[in-house]
Amino acid sequence: MNLLLIAVVQGLVMGLVYALVSLGLGLIWGVVDVVNFAHAEYMMWAMYATYFAVAGLHLDLLAALPIVVALGFLAGLCTYIVLIRRIMGGPAVTQIFTTFGLLFFLRYSAFAAFGPDFRGITWPPASGSVLILGVPVSTAQADAALAALITFGLLHALLQWTKTGKALQATAQNPAAALALGIEVEWMYMLAWGLSIATAAVGGVFLLTFYQVSPTVGDAFLLLMFASVVLGGFGSVLGPLLGGVVIGLVESVAGNLVSPTFKLAFVFAALLLVLFLRPGGLLGQERRG
Amino acid sequence: MGVDGHAGDRAVSARAAEAAAGRALLAVGDLHAGYGGQEVLRGVTLCVRPGEVVCVIGPNGAGKSTLLKTIFGFLRATQGAITFDGVSLVGRRPPEILRCGITYVPQGISTLPNLSVDDNLRLAAYVRRDRRVRDDIERLLDAFPALRARRRLRARTLSGGERRILEIARVLLLDPRLVLLDEPTIGLSGAAVEFIYEKVGEFRRRGLAVLLVEQNARTALRHSQRAYVLEQGRVRFEGGGEEILQHPEVRRAYLGGRA
Repeated sequence: MNLLLIAVVQGLVMGLVYALVSLGLGLIWGVVDVVNFAHAEYMMWAMYATYFAVAGLHLDLLAALPIVVALGFLAGLCTYIVLIRRIMGGPAVTQIFTTFGLLFFLRYSAFAAFGPDFRGITWPPASGSVLILGVPVSTAQADAALAALITFGLLHALLQWTKTGKALQATAQNPAAALALGIEVEWMYMLAWGLSIATAAVGGVFLLTFYQVSPTVGDAFLLLMFASVVLGGFGSVLGPLLGGVVIGLVESVAGNLVSPTFKLAFVFAALLLVLFLRPGGLLGQERRG
Repeated sequence: MGVDGHAGDRAVSARAAEAAAGRALLAVGDLHAGYGGQEVLRGVTLCVRPGEVVCVIGPNGAGKSTLLKTIFGFLRATQGAITFDGVSLVGRRPPEILRCGITYVPQGISTLPNLSVDDNLRLAAYVRRDRRVRDDIERLLDAFPALRARRRLRARTLSGGERRILEIARVLLLDPRLVLLDEPTIGLSGAAVEFIYEKVGEFRRRGLAVLLVEQNARTALRHSQRAYVLEQGRVRFEGGGEEILQHPEVRRAYLGGRA
């Protein structure tokens, strides 16, 4: 079979997974104007929550999903209320140190709570593989890609077709003007944090079906998340979607056709190339003003 | 400086403001506010009566924009009183003040660049809970044909004048009793300036009161019933629009001598 086709299909599937876990990072960056370095750690905690719900409480993965997502939403709200609200409008350095501190807090409390072991689950419905365009793809990854598409669809619908979604966009584009229109900008920031961590949780739940969790699992994802968001561009949920897919494709094609050792080098070369040609990202929009 | 410590002062200044204002819609008494430790307003007292166009002029840094921001709750007053229709606005946030019947058009661009003209209008009615918003928007687009032609386009594609028109149109969706306009004609051409003041006149005919701040003092004064001259955070002169326009000292200092 055509090696390129295999690489493209597998890259697309993993790209959708990258897009899903990156989505929330882009959302907070766009709406709240804060860079959340701890984003991958929330995904890691969602993976642990899923692990204990499935392996400990013997819940089905699909029963655990709404619980973990709801917990993620609450964790996002709490993070905004307890921590982020205090640094809004502060210097960029303060914000960077705050979310970096959050990264270490979440990571090392996971070490303390769960130890360094790798843990995974098997979800029987996701065993085996499915054919996509004639290319075999693991069912677990295909399910995660499907979950990504559904999550993107829901969030896109929320942002484009509801009054609250428009208010979120207004807050992203000009918070002072939004406030002058009577939009409770603080609530929009809380909502953005809730949605952001909820989407990371969806990613964590499905990732656990084919990727084991340990407290450092975020390392493999944080850079890819940043690359997806920056490459795709801000201003809509389509940016991280496109960014994640492009990164998945570059990684897979370069990894399969050139050498797996250099796949990340190709990913970041692609990122630099895009930023060189389009500094705002592929779908970049003018952000303020 | 503790805000509560001034509660007594505030009651006094509120009474003073009311006494000065008669049946004022908006009464500002001995208002102090600023950024950080820097006081910009140093005891401003003024009023706006129902259906009146009042302008505030003064040099750069006199505190004109700060005054509007403080009235609308973007900045917290450190001392003094702001009452709207007898209700104190001090300590309230912009969304609450909006619901009281005041709208604010900030200086510079306040349209939402990546949303369509339609969405900009719908969001202007964000605080409205009734079902007539859609009809009202259609009626508004009839009144502003330039916007109807561009209703599906993003606001960022509009010219500066069209954005101002959109901002003015948004005000009408809320049917407020008082409009705060911060430099409504800054950067606009002559024809656009005329159009904006035509709309300000229309606000007045609908019974809306307008408090506007202008660098472009001469035009503003011609369209205002009353005016205040602000200097270093205090009211230096007050009077009728024409009266201020003819005042020799104001002319010398702010209107560039003769004409």
